[in-house]
Amino acid sequence: MTITDRRIIGTAGRDTVKIMNRADLTRRLASRLNNEEAVVGGIGNTHFDLWASGQRAQNFYMLGSMGLAIPIALGVSLAQPQRQVFALEGDGSLLMQLGALGTVASVKPRNLAIFVWDNGAYQITGAQPTLTAKGVDLVAIARGAGLASSTWITDEAHFEALVDAGLAGDGPLFACARTDNQAPEGVTERDAVKIRSRFMESLRLPTRGNEPGAVK
Amino acid sequence: MSAHVAAGFPESWEEIVVRVLKTNAVRLVTYVPDKVLAPLIKRIHADDYFTVICPAREEEAVGIVTGAYMAGMRGIVLMQTSGFATLPNALASLVLPSRIPLLMMISERGTLGDFQLGQVMVCRTMRPILDSMNIENHAIERPEDVEFIVERMIRQAYATQAAAAMILSPLLTNRARHGER
Repeated sequence: MTITDRRIIGTAGRDTVKIMNRADLTRRLASRLNNEEAVVGGIGNTHFDLWASGQRAQNFYMLGSMGLAIPIALGVSLAQPQRQVFALEGDGSLLMQLGALGTVASVKPRNLAIFVWDNGAYQITGAQPTLTAKGVDLVAIARGAGLASSTWITDEAHFEALVDAGLAGDGPLFACARTDNQAPEGVTERDAVKIRSRFMESLRLPTRGNEPGAVK
Repeated sequence: MSAHVAAGFPESWEEIVVRVLKTNAVRLVTYVPDKVLAPLIKRIHADDYFTVICPAREEEAVGIVTGAYMAGMRGIVLMQTSGFATLPNALASLVLPSRIPLLMMISERGTLGDFQLGQVMVCRTMRPILDSMNIENHAIERPEDVEFIVERMIRQAYATQAAAAMILSPLLTNRARHGER
């Protein structure tokens, strides 16, 4: 199945799709990965549940820098066009860096799929409402930014089909899930250097010094 | 004819920067533009060696270069002083704790004859921010120093896995044009 399949890119709106669970969806993503795909998890509960889904070495847990999961994933996708890359981001984070959607659209990375968990809240700071709870539609914004393959996710089966489309490399893909306010199922070990080194080693890169290229 | 050729120096600053970036395999160039950087930006767009990304904000550029570095591609962020002022959180919460050798080239606005009051105020924050984060930074003021400073700062950044800020002073980028004003 590919992204160009119109059954994958739906027209459902935010108010009509099923409210799902972030940890469950993250586990479903992880269970379908089979080729050392890179996954960048955004700040807070997004990367907590990525951590809880199994500590794959190819996961990058973004501890700070709210809003930069998509740019980081874009950088990975640029450097390794043969590797499939997934970005996981929250609604509050994406609202901080909406221009990144236009940047992704301008680059058109075929190997990048973006999943956004929209619970309408800054859950980790006490569930204060975000702008999506007041009517902002992130899928409409993504389409407007030039990401034609943008969709709300109707249910878990639709999500799995979208993951498969991402694995097929027909990106860029943008898909947004309504999620509940269940607590995350784990807490990431906060060691930024270890996370970065492990990620780089898993991408077959030296973590230190003067490679690659022509440094003399 | 570029400014430094006109001033009697054999190679313009932007030509030297392009050459040193290529020598050091820095292929990814991201920028939010500035008039002072315009000749370098034009030169980089004209060279197929470079992958050029033009995001909406400097923070995005930091994220892109960080991701690319972690996946094996070297990059740099070009910006002006006011753009740098948007970066402290991304630097302090991503680049520094992850020890990313983020290359920054900042055209220094707000000093030595700038007409923009806002640039003047924000210029005063740049070095204190860089110094408070212990980020290596040097201003490049003379054409004959461009290669030495850019080459050495890039090499040190990767060797020590630390960010580096190369500041393009008006003494370099505007001095030769002074007579034209």
